[in-house]
Amino acid sequence: MPTFVRTEKCDGCKGQDKTACMYICPHNLMKLDKDGSETGHAMKAFNQEPEQCWECYSCVKICPQGAIECRHYADIVPLGGSVQPLRGSDSIMWTIKFRNGTLKRFKFPIRTTAEGSIDPFGGKPMPKMADLTAPGVFTQSVMNGYRAGNPAELIRK
Amino acid sequence: MAGTFEAPEVVHEELDILLIGGGMACCGTAYEMMRWAEAVKAESGKDLKIKLVDKAALDRSGAVAQGLSAINTYIGPDLDPADYARMVSNDLMGITRDDLTYDLGRVVDDSVHLFEEWGLPIWKTDADGVRHDGAEAQKEGLAALKDGGKPVRSGKWQIMINGESYKWIVAEAAKKALGLSRIEERVFIVHLINDKNDPSRIAGAAGFSVRENKIYIYKAKAVMLAAGGCVNLFRPRSVGEGSGRAWYPVWNAGSTYAMAAEAGAEMTMMENRFVPARFKDGYGPVGAWFLLFKAKATNAYGEDYMVKNTEMLNDYPPYGQAAVPASCLRNHLMLKEMKDGHGPIYMDTVTALAKLRETLTPKEVKHLEAEAWEDFLDMCIGQCGIWVGENIEPEKKMSELMPTEPYLLGSHSGCCGIWVSGPTDLGAPTSEEYDGVPAHLPKGWNWGYRSMTTVKGLFTAGDGVGASGHKFSSGSHAEGRLAAKAMIKYCLDNADFKLEFDETDAQIAETIWKPVRTFLAHKDYTTAIDVNPHYITPKMLQMRLQKIMDEYVAGCSTYYNTNDKMLAVAEEKLELLKEDSQKLRAKDLHELLRAWENYHRILTAEAHMKHIQFREESRYPGFYYRTDKNFVDEENWHCFVNSVYDKHSKKWTCFKRKHVDLVDKSKLFKAAAPH
Repeated sequence: MPTFVRTEKCDGCKGQDKTACMYICPHNLMKLDKDGSETGHAMKAFNQEPEQCWECYSCVKICPQGAIECRHYADIVPLGGSVQPLRGSDSIMWTIKFRNGTLKRFKFPIRTTAEGSIDPFGGKPMPKMADLTAPGVFTQSVMNGYRAGNPAELIRK
Repeated sequence: MAGTFEAPEVVHEELDILLIGGGMACCGTAYEMMRWAEAVKAESGKDLKIKLVDKAALDRSGAVAQGLSAINTYIGPDLDPADYARMVSNDLMGITRDDLTYDLGRVVDDSVHLFEEWGLPIWKTDADGVRHDGAEAQKEGLAALKDGGKPVRSGKWQIMINGESYKWIVAEAAKKALGLSRIEERVFIVHLINDKNDPSRIAGAAGFSVRENKIYIYKAKAVMLAAGGCVNLFRPRSVGEGSGRAWYPVWNAGSTYAMAAEAGAEMTMMENRFVPARFKDGYGPVGAWFLLFKAKATNAYGEDYMVKNTEMLNDYPPYGQAAVPASCLRNHLMLKEMKDGHGPIYMDTVTALAKLRETLTPKEVKHLEAEAWEDFLDMCIGQCGIWVGENIEPEKKMSELMPTEPYLLGSHSGCCGIWVSGPTDLGAPTSEEYDGVPAHLPKGWNWGYRSMTTVKGLFTAGDGVGASGHKFSSGSHAEGRLAAKAMIKYCLDNADFKLEFDETDAQIAETIWKPVRTFLAHKDYTTAIDVNPHYITPKMLQMRLQKIMDEYVAGCSTYYNTNDKMLAVAEEKLELLKEDSQKLRAKDLHELLRAWENYHRILTAEAHMKHIQFREESRYPGFYYRTDKNFVDEENWHCFVNSVYDKHSKKWTCFKRKHVDLVDKSKLFKAAAPH
């Protein structure tokens, strides 16, 4: 179904108007069934269009209850495996279970700064309006990334 | 008053600048723009009104939503922007704009250095040549890229990252730069509005909320349209649940191309497509396997088809003689094996990993295994799903490769998109040598504002900018930044211009809401909600489009073959489909989203078909073949194919523009082999 929501774990994000999975899904797939009329499970979320799921795991990673998992594309993948992450503030842990029971675990860094700590313009120059038409970007004097290029390469100049 | 499904609320807002989209390109635009806006305010007192509108949530929208395991465009201190321009040109069979690629090559590393500063972990190589992941490298005190740190190159242009949160990080910087009051999420812009008195000028854009019954109409002097490429316009190889497992993001619906075309923007190279050869069904990336792990792809009998079929490259001089053959030509050699019945094609992961293990310690072997898995887990988790389901451990069992269904995009290894004004300092042409370019269009390659389309005030970046592929994530961000400055300049230069819509608000609202009206008017005619002679569901319309494109416009079912006759059939069928799109239904807001996405797909598909029809050769062997013109014709078709769409007559006009090299391409090629 690609991603699916475990009935006993989902709490509908405690009755807020919008669940975390609805907030994040890039393809607008996750939906809160407020009255249970669509799924038989009131105040729980579900994937309303599984054949449009990219398996990007945005909903799996963000769910505060760990209620979302992925049953990989049924028209392609044999049943029984699972790939489940636990995303923290600086790393992500993956538990990978093969159909034959083999288990692997991996941990990878995701970020070297605290979430919310970015100061986008801190220590960056303030450009001058007169430079609006000059080539390049406003940070080039401090980011050491501007590659001016060898003028001899430009054969029509 | 809150709107209802029957009577949606209409919200108006007047802006200086509207940004449509939330991916890397729009995040780059927002970051650069807000600093210049600050400068404008400080120097002139003018407070520009700016807003970004995204159909999803900025934290996970666009092509980088899932994350990435590499940054594919990083020039570094040792390569020249000219080398980059040459590489892009070669991979896209010679027809790219050197001005755009060179300009991007100058600034892209600035964005990469910012990403690292913001917290993106970038792998490093230490003095002993040992590689460290991005967090470890920082703890070990290895220098940042900006301070001379050495990245881990998985290819000449690629660097490895721990990129699960890549988009989250880039979005945080963009959100902070903008401030939350300038961001509208879950609003899908579907329609651009021209100026009444100057139809070649943009005046605004309109869309709707996918959460509330609300229509948004924005008036804006300058509009950034960067809403991605086009996915699922061809029937995918997997047609059940797996149809969601597109290689490129399934939410890229061609909105950039369709809206720009309807607004009158000149399109370029819409015949170009990308057919990536990827791990079969899961579409996991192959780059690290080829370049970092040094794996070989073979046919079912263990033969390296790039060696076995190398003579076939000589059919396409000079491109076949490049040190690294174009992506399409590599597909061409693979397809030969498939057609000859020598499939499946495999990535020989077993031999590659065994070879690497020969020289590694057990700890390094463990690290290598983690790297191989991370490559998928960072950006294509679905591929891991296939590995676990089929009990594939790459050191024990090889994986199949397969060319996918075609994709349209301008930022990855493709170059379809919109014709934009380039930089003025690189020697780009200022006149046009070919006849046939409609008189209202600019003559040379720059007309005042970097990244402006031929519609005044309408800008684009990322997948939107045509004739300049291989920007990838970092380049799309950088390209947005280049456009941002020009957009500010445009607003200042046109500060006193009074915009007037060429449609009334009521007309705009009715157009947007039409699929809902159609549903409400006819829903009780039949007892089955999805079967009704008065309307078509977005899903069925999409399947019809995919069937036409797959069977007549060189999809996988014909091994990417088409011809003039098949194209003529497709042309007729697409006309009928476009007519039927006026009968799309939307039973709820979610379906209204799908209805508009699929309308955008139809226009994009039509542009693709018309361009292939106009270009009487097969420029991209391995991506598509016109079997009636099955050759690369350098004499007559070493040129851009551009087009404009007339929203009133609903007709396309295709024409040629002359291609010019701004950097010397002969360095790419070995001496031509006798043929």
